[in-house]
Amino acid sequence: MARKDRRRFLTGVLATGAATAVAPAVRAQEMEAAQRAPSALPPTTQVAALETQTPGETPTNRIGGVPGSDFMVDVLKTLNIKYCPANCASSYRGIHESLIDYGGNKMPEFLTCMHEESAVAMGHGYFKVAGKPLMTLCHGTVGLQHATMGIYNAWCDRVPVIVIGGNDLDAAHRPPGVPTFHAAQDIGLLVRDYTKWDDTPVSLQHFAQSMVRAYKIAMTPPYGPVLISLDAGLQQEAIREHGQKLYIPKYVPTSPPQGDSGAVKEAARLLAAADNPVIVADRAARTPNGIKLLVQLAELLQARVIDQGSRVNFPKTHYLSAPATQVASADVILGLELSDFWGTVNNWTDNGDNGVGENQPRIKPGTKLISISGAELLTKSNFQDFQRFLSVDISMAGDAESTLPALIEAVRSAIPNSRKDAIAQRAQAARKAYAEQEGRTKQAAALGWDASPISTARLVMETYNAVKGLDWSIVSQSGNVSNWQNRLWPLTEHHHWIGRSGGFGVGYGAPASVGAALANRDLGRISVNIQADGDLMYAPGVLWTAAKHKIPQLAVMHNNRGYHQEVMHVQRLANFRNRKSNYGADDGPVGTRIENPDIEYHKLAESMGWWAKGPIKDPAQLAPALREAVKIVQAGTPALLNVWTQPR
Amino acid sequence: MATSMRYVILAAATILAGFMSRPAAAADAAKGKLAFERNGCWQCHGYIGQGGAAGKTLAPKPMPFEAFNVFVRNSNGQMPPYPKQILSDADLADIHAYLSSIPAPKDYKSIPLLSR
Repeated sequence: MARKDRRRFLTGVLATGAATAVAPAVRAQEMEAAQRAPSALPPTTQVAALETQTPGETPTNRIGGVPGSDFMVDVLKTLNIKYCPANCASSYRGIHESLIDYGGNKMPEFLTCMHEESAVAMGHGYFKVAGKPLMTLCHGTVGLQHATMGIYNAWCDRVPVIVIGGNDLDAAHRPPGVPTFHAAQDIGLLVRDYTKWDDTPVSLQHFAQSMVRAYKIAMTPPYGPVLISLDAGLQQEAIREHGQKLYIPKYVPTSPPQGDSGAVKEAARLLAAADNPVIVADRAARTPNGIKLLVQLAELLQARVIDQGSRVNFPKTHYLSAPATQVASADVILGLELSDFWGTVNNWTDNGDNGVGENQPRIKPGTKLISISGAELLTKSNFQDFQRFLSVDISMAGDAESTLPALIEAVRSAIPNSRKDAIAQRAQAARKAYAEQEGRTKQAAALGWDASPISTARLVMETYNAVKGLDWSIVSQSGNVSNWQNRLWPLTEHHHWIGRSGGFGVGYGAPASVGAALANRDLGRISVNIQADGDLMYAPGVLWTAAKHKIPQLAVMHNNRGYHQEVMHVQRLANFRNRKSNYGADDGPVGTRIENPDIEYHKLAESMGWWAKGPIKDPAQLAPALREAVKIVQAGTPALLNVWTQPR
Repeated sequence: MATSMRYVILAAATILAGFMSRPAAAADAAKGKLAFERNGCWQCHGYIGQGGAAGKTLAPKPMPFEAFNVFVRNSNGQMPPYPKQILSDADLADIHAYLSSIPAPKDYKSIPLLSR
């Protein structure tokens, strides 16, 4: 029935109204003629009437009722989605118009983006600060193809992003030409391997159910991106209730899944009896409370904690915080939401042996392994983000943060009085090891302190010094600066560090930092982005989006003038093959360097409304430039410093 | 197993070379800096051998030349080997001279940003 309504609407738009009373064969001939019509057409009946007759009563609108996309906006408003970063596209023009005109451009507010990948990554970064998902709109075909890498990163990083792809399903009635190039039978196919769920609503009531369902699925741990395919006709036609009043289902959050109680008890027994338990956490702390729970568990056991850094899981300033090498001395390892447990307990050396490298265990034989991970509830076949298979002794499919309260209580019950002194003594050793580690790290940071190009340790610590008295948040991992932020900054709060991209798809850093900065702006925090050069150039238009929507951040370029990971990869392969690598006129293998000419990132940013300065090559110039930039950011303008740096 | 054996041989050769250590008298630090950059050493170890997430610290105080020579020629770890076909003996000696010329860093306690 919706098709019939739509056909009537399109008939008016296409100005072929004269054919309704004639025989089918004649009509077909006329339609064929209409398709071959010259660009200047005689006026339609409707236009002729407007031009020659006295105006009658003005109809409500051309479609004869309330647009379906207005109801869609009503649905979205119940979900309290604050922003909609998106690149405009005709296949969603119906809902676009409803959002800004009917919906008042609030909840969600439309943010103009210049690339769909940027829009998705903004939602990705935003969630990791705000804990709430954003939605984005795109063409279901060409726009979604742009968005895919961003969606894959969100999938791998277990982050909810709601993607709505416009698509005109009705092949007989959609406009020919470009809109038909931009239509598909099944747009979900593009992203089904790395989304939690997708749907194609065929009625407004179906949309209401699907939208609330999509939100609910995305927001149930393990989180993940979802897709709604949104028919253009459904957006543009008037609401027809067909005797049943439309309703909006209420969103009720789903409780996260917990580890099985028997497995929790068995894990507690192993941990309580261990001489040297080690906890490894990757995405364990979904919320600030996750950090508190992990501190409780670690202190109860006096177990050292390796934070792999996909989130802030454990305070870096805590004496139980440990480096990755700590697994070597463990007799029991508890892995919490690890993206790669195999790689946590094994080492792979890229030494070219047999062309594939070499595997070696990092842990002692007989070490007991316990895993709590929601990822086991959400594994698909095609993309290999599930990593190598590892047999563990206890495997719990459940959300780690939600399982921790039960595990803490079970461990408390499982520790016999006879072991309490031995456990307490572990604290002393841990404090000593932590202090020694800190001294070694700082001495390593001192190497090359005055070098030019500027050392990455100096870059990171000068930046810290410029913001240390403020409520700061590091909003990107894209820097590849030898992990100095995580080693030297006092990361204690959940928002201090938002982790990595998930799928390591380059181009995530800049837009995710803008999304995270948007969330921080609303909370009154200053955002710090150590911005890699190659990453920025995938979609630098996001700089304009930040300036346009007054999203301040301090971006400090880690400008090492190359796709440095690839610089090293190609060099390594050349050496394995006894060949001198061809550098051409550059400082590294052909195809890996970003130099000759050097990109003037400060001018790029300036051209898009940022305050910017550079290139800065002398470390002594960095501190004054940072002080200046921080003032600009505090006044509400994004600022970028183009800093020439050491490679890592 | 074959790999483990190669590690043993490499370690033994490195130790032996350490005992036979001699200064690379004719080596030129300035040329070595250029060779360090033109042969990709800086990529993992930084322009002044400071090291980082991708490569170990080489300077100051690099390992004795003979051990350095054995390691660079035969590395079977994360560091790819540099056989003579792609890095001459003279260049390697110059690189070692360059690394030896790099002064010791400040004590971190004397750097305000690190001493907190």
